[in-house]
Amino acid sequence: MKKTLITLSFLPLALWLATSSASAMHIAEGFLPGRWAVAWGAVALPFIAAGLLAIRKKVELDPKVKVLLAMAGAFAFVLSALKIPSVTGSCSHPTGVGLGAILFGAAPMAVLGTIVLLFQALLLAHGGLTTLGANVFSMAIVGPFVSYFAYRLLKRAKAPAAVSVFVAAFLGDLMTYVTTSFQLSAAFPGESFLFSLGKFMSIFALTQLPLAVAEGILTVVVFNVLEKYNGEQLQALKVI
Amino acid sequence: MKKNIWKKNVILVLIVIALAVFPLYYARGSEFGGADDQAGAVIVEIAPEYEPWFEPIIEPASGEIASLLFSLQAATGSGIVFFILGRMTAKPKAAETTVGSGALGN
Repeated sequence: MKKTLITLSFLPLALWLATSSASAMHIAEGFLPGRWAVAWGAVALPFIAAGLLAIRKKVELDPKVKVLLAMAGAFAFVLSALKIPSVTGSCSHPTGVGLGAILFGAAPMAVLGTIVLLFQALLLAHGGLTTLGANVFSMAIVGPFVSYFAYRLLKRAKAPAAVSVFVAAFLGDLMTYVTTSFQLSAAFPGESFLFSLGKFMSIFALTQLPLAVAEGILTVVVFNVLEKYNGEQLQALKVI
Repeated sequence: MKKNIWKKNVILVLIVIALAVFPLYYARGSEFGGADDQAGAVIVEIAPEYEPWFEPIIEPASGEIASLLFSLQAATGSGIVFFILGRMTAKPKAAETTVGSGALGN
């Protein structure tokens, strides 16, 4: 009953947001010069490989982990489909990779995030194949690493779990788009790198701020349920 | 205690909804287009000679179809998330029903 309530409270949000705007985030197809496209792809590949190994190891250790992994991937799938209006008057979407990074560490999220980005690049003309490496780097590598380390640090500092989860997901989301801004300014320095950075930051990072808060909160919502009903597995994964 | 987390979660979700609705008033009159389109515009401004050198292989035929695909993405994802959360949370409930009928109440 309560569960249904939660589900229902998500529905109108999801429906309304999914229909609200036609375009969104990430570096668009063809918008990175060739050498940058190749370079970011080369940087991203080893992380994806490490992620595949990490997933295999976790699953070997405990096959039941697959279910949680699927959920973490699905969570990223939902959140990155939700283009939410922001105070800057434009829309962007959260990444949803923080939850998985908290549960499994950063490396597996490189794989799950890549799947999400591939789906959007291939079917939705959102992001792109030539910019996949750069987008994987920001959303599936930097974001999860930031989330993972933020969570571990806060946990060590004995912060309440909800606070650690919120801050971790918030920072991971925000840093993803800060990274995107850096990537674009590096490729398009124009008059000066800093000038470009300011421009891109004011678009991506500023728009992302309230969305990062939203992602932090939604991650806490799911984490609350996991902690309550699946505490054993979280302990086995050394999350709590 | 169990009741608490659901109450807490509903409040948290309401905050998220408020966060998403607030910009519609705060920045009313804006286009609410995608931030990536704006970034594209800035790139054209910074580097007017730059030509995007690759086009998306498949482009959704219209905004409607794009929103269909995005809803499918969200629906698939949330289907899986709530299926798994449902299974997780169902266990203790099944145990409750054998004890008494109170579980039906809420």
